[in-house]
Amino acid sequence: MSQESGIAPAPKREVPIWVQILIWLGLLGLLALLAAGLLKARHPIMSVGSHVPDFTLTLFNGYEFKDAAQLKRSDLLGKVIVVNFWASWCQPCAGEAPDVEAAWKAYEKTGKVVFLGVDYVDTEPEARAYMTQFNISYPNGPDLGMKISEIFNRNLGVPETYIIDQQGLLHFIQIGPFQSAAEIQAILDPMIAGK
Amino acid sequence: MLAQFGFGVFILTFLLSLFSVIAAVLGYFNGSDRWVEAARRSMLLIFPILTLGTLTLVILLVTGHYELEYIYSVTSNDMPLYLKITALWGGQAGSLVLWSWLMSAFASAVTLHKWERDRELLPWVIVVISVTLSFFLALTIFFENPFTRWWQTLGGDFILRMFAPTGAVPVFPPDGQGLNPVLRHPGMILHPPMLYLGFVAFVIPFAFAIAALVTGRSDDRWIRLTRRWTLVAWLFLSLGLVLGMWWAYNVLGWGGFWNWDPIEVAPLMPWLTGTAFLHSVMIQEKKGMFKQWNMLLIILTYSLVILGTFLARTGVLSSIHAFSQSSIGPVFFVFIGLTLIISIALLIYRWKDLKAEVEMSSWFSREALFLLNNLLFMGVLIICFWGVIFPLISELVTGQKITVGPPWYQRTNGPLFGSLMALMGIAPLSAWGRSTFKTIGRLLWKPSIPTVLALAAMIALGIRNWIALVGFTLVAFVIFVTLFEFWRGVHSRQKGRGENLFIAIWRLFGSNRRRYGGYFIHISMVVMAIGILGVELYQTTTQKLLATGDDLQLSGYTLRYDSLTQVPNADGSSLTSAVVSVFKGGQLLGKLHPQFATFPSGETATVVGIYSTLADDLYVVLIDWESISPAQAPFKVVHNPLVNWLWIGSLMFIIGILIAAGPEPDKEDLRSTRKLE
Amino acid sequence: MIMKKKVELLIFFTFIILALSLVPAISVPAQQPTPSPSDDEVNAIASQLFCPVCQNTPLDVCPTQACRQWRELIRQMLAEGKTAAEIKQYFVTYYGASVLSEPPRSGINWLIYIVPPVAFMTGVFLLFMAFRTWKKSATRPATAPNPINSRGAETGSCPAADDPYISRLEDELKKRK
Repeated sequence: MSQESGIAPAPKREVPIWVQILIWLGLLGLLALLAAGLLKARHPIMSVGSHVPDFTLTLFNGYEFKDAAQLKRSDLLGKVIVVNFWASWCQPCAGEAPDVEAAWKAYEKTGKVVFLGVDYVDTEPEARAYMTQFNISYPNGPDLGMKISEIFNRNLGVPETYIIDQQGLLHFIQIGPFQSAAEIQAILDPMIAGK
Repeated sequence: MLAQFGFGVFILTFLLSLFSVIAAVLGYFNGSDRWVEAARRSMLLIFPILTLGTLTLVILLVTGHYELEYIYSVTSNDMPLYLKITALWGGQAGSLVLWSWLMSAFASAVTLHKWERDRELLPWVIVVISVTLSFFLALTIFFENPFTRWWQTLGGDFILRMFAPTGAVPVFPPDGQGLNPVLRHPGMILHPPMLYLGFVAFVIPFAFAIAALVTGRSDDRWIRLTRRWTLVAWLFLSLGLVLGMWWAYNVLGWGGFWNWDPIEVAPLMPWLTGTAFLHSVMIQEKKGMFKQWNMLLIILTYSLVILGTFLARTGVLSSIHAFSQSSIGPVFFVFIGLTLIISIALLIYRWKDLKAEVEMSSWFSREALFLLNNLLFMGVLIICFWGVIFPLISELVTGQKITVGPPWYQRTNGPLFGSLMALMGIAPLSAWGRSTFKTIGRLLWKPSIPTVLALAAMIALGIRNWIALVGFTLVAFVIFVTLFEFWRGVHSRQKGRGENLFIAIWRLFGSNRRRYGGYFIHISMVVMAIGILGVELYQTTTQKLLATGDDLQLSGYTLRYDSLTQVPNADGSSLTSAVVSVFKGGQLLGKLHPQFATFPSGETATVVGIYSTLADDLYVVLIDWESISPAQAPFKVVHNPLVNWLWIGSLMFIIGILIAAGPEPDKEDLRSTRKLE
Repeated sequence: MIMKKKVELLIFFTFIILALSLVPAISVPAQQPTPSPSDDEVNAIASQLFCPVCQNTPLDVCPTQACRQWRELIRQMLAEGKTAAEIKQYFVTYYGASVLSEPPRSGINWLIYIVPPVAFMTGVFLLFMAFRTWKKSATRPATAPNPINSRGAETGSCPAADDPYISRLEDELKKRK
């Protein structure tokens, strides 16, 4: 049905191809973004066996490792690394602190295991009080910018412990406190046996 | 027993809605009216049956069947009856049930309608609504089943299943965890259902739009048919947003009502496109233009509804509002993807059929100003969308978490909101097609006089904040222009028909409900803006540890700490409440009772003490920070000027919608009012 | 009498001891004259920060134990004379950029500031171009259609009457299209 007027009917135009491409690209981009976000939300924790990316831990004064103020994970390749996340305001952390320190003492001399304490969203005075209270002697530092916790668990809670093997792969995940030093040793002994 | 019955009901309704889809598609492609009728009847049947299922869940909630995991997680023995009922939407599984039930109600209401003229559209309307309903029912049945219960296996583990696993025995906890304390508030009764009503109602115009696209209809019939549904959806969505603000204000104890939290912004986005859509369809109805744009707007609105729901429920965005982790993420993602892809594909396919001749002769015509309205709303939408999405992008690309907070939103959106207010003032004076700068100017000078007087008064009162001056002047501008429009119409009726003032007002509103209801809504919006401006620009706050008898001052008020009571309960919960006296100018205005309750789980809920007047609120929070004792207690006091105009404006808004959504005027009245234009 | 004197002596010495114990407190160095910062001063800074762990919660209203500690930390830093900027920087270093209420203006974050104005101006531009074309075609109907924005003829520009017969006729004609 055409109109009787002075206006000549022009051909009806489809959406130009370049606009279509733009629209679909944008849509796919949005969907990809949502998919990635969803994947991250559903798998916040690093999986056992995956390669642990390198991270840097800036250590508290007085809690250095062999006089190094900063420690990279790559510096410790060849040793077992026990990364223990804690906070001064966390009750269960206080529960496991003596056990973790005892376990450290058992392995310190062997030189095959390094315990790293990572203080998660905490304040330094309270953190120092906590470390003094439990006579903690292994290297400790704050999780600056929360970069280290993001590697292991995007929804980190405290206490959590991640044990990395000599090749830099994640070997064991402990969510929540250890019940005893023996529990820690039961995991570490097989890792350093015969090495 | 009841749980199995409820679950069975949901499976039945799921099958019915699947049948509706298949029957409608068959009916369309075979040109068979009988199949379409079967689909329609099947859809009609869903609502009563689903009501039974929902009722079953409510009964289980109210009678404390804690062996069911959902009941266990949201109710407890100490909760009163009304709270146990509202616990239906206290968690993910139950709120999805509510969603499905509301959608089935709308689905049935739409299919009750007579279908002589638009038989062509019916099959696809049924398909779209039924597919959506099937999706949400599938979520309930397969992913978030509220009827699963606790079992204990032979090994001693506790597991959740719908039906008995071999060798396991049912477990009957004596009490539930109870609803999160923050949710135990009247706001909880109203806010989620209102919001869901708004969300769900937008399915209907969307379904009609898709039906029009599929059947190749290029007229605006689908808009006329769904006009009232759109208004209803928009009403509930607006109410849901306002109730959320009211609830946050009274319960959180933060002193404000909106924080630009991503989950708050999520339902705002469909509201923005919905408002743009409401305005833009008027151009299509009046002038037949912008059909493509309107299609795009309703597709956007509905997609934003689904996107907002996805973001809130799947943990993609982190927020205090977000539901806890759920398994519905992937399937929801697929649903969203398909909705977007199919809708956009259909729109592109039919793009050329929707084109119309655009007659736009003046930059100041009503059509042009409506387009400007759309541009501004889309601007706000892009800002909100970008603010919500960007942290996601940033975290994926750089691994760094960032916050996009209130300062950015306020600064970026501010000018756009201001422009929208200015537009609300000018647009009523503009006519379809013909207005020019001169014709509007001629009308504008009259309401501009009181506006300028208002500005002068503000300056004389000592207001120097330029944002306040601009903001309140714009408010005055809109109010005066709109009242002027009312007066013009009433005056003509009085002169032309000799009606007295009150009859003239009544009949004027009745003669063109949409226009005058719309103007009334504009006034209600700027009244709400008064409250928002007052709080944003002039809020003051202080915090102090007060000993008994001590007082603190804030903005002319004096608050004196009188006494404190701490009532511990046997189950480990306790209620701490303080009595404070409010003075102004030396006179005692009243006593407030700010308090907080501690629950056995350790969570706390605050009850704020508010002294409200039209001019301001004095908002007093008893803080659970330092050690509280009858000798001393810490208080946080916030002074919120003009905040109650926000709630007054929302009430006016409801009235405005009721006016606008009323039945059409009769022909006789239409002819006489045309003389005015 | 002697008893009374002994009591007086006791009180006197107690007083001296108490006074002496205050000396360390009195003899504080002149660099710390300010009393402990008030809650309001702490909140003024805390309200500009977000809690690092609770989602989207400003630091001044966050009720958790950790947040209380952070507010005390702010109080301490204020007492040491640190400025608001220094305190914020400390929080960013320790807890990441998410504590700020706006992304820092660096790297990819520039996009958050640039995209909205650019998008809006694009919209304004598009609308402006569209308006001009529509105005042109409205005032000069006989010219050749503008290649950017041409519109086809439309079936009837008068608002669709609610007359059921006309609508049914239109429907039938549409079906035959």
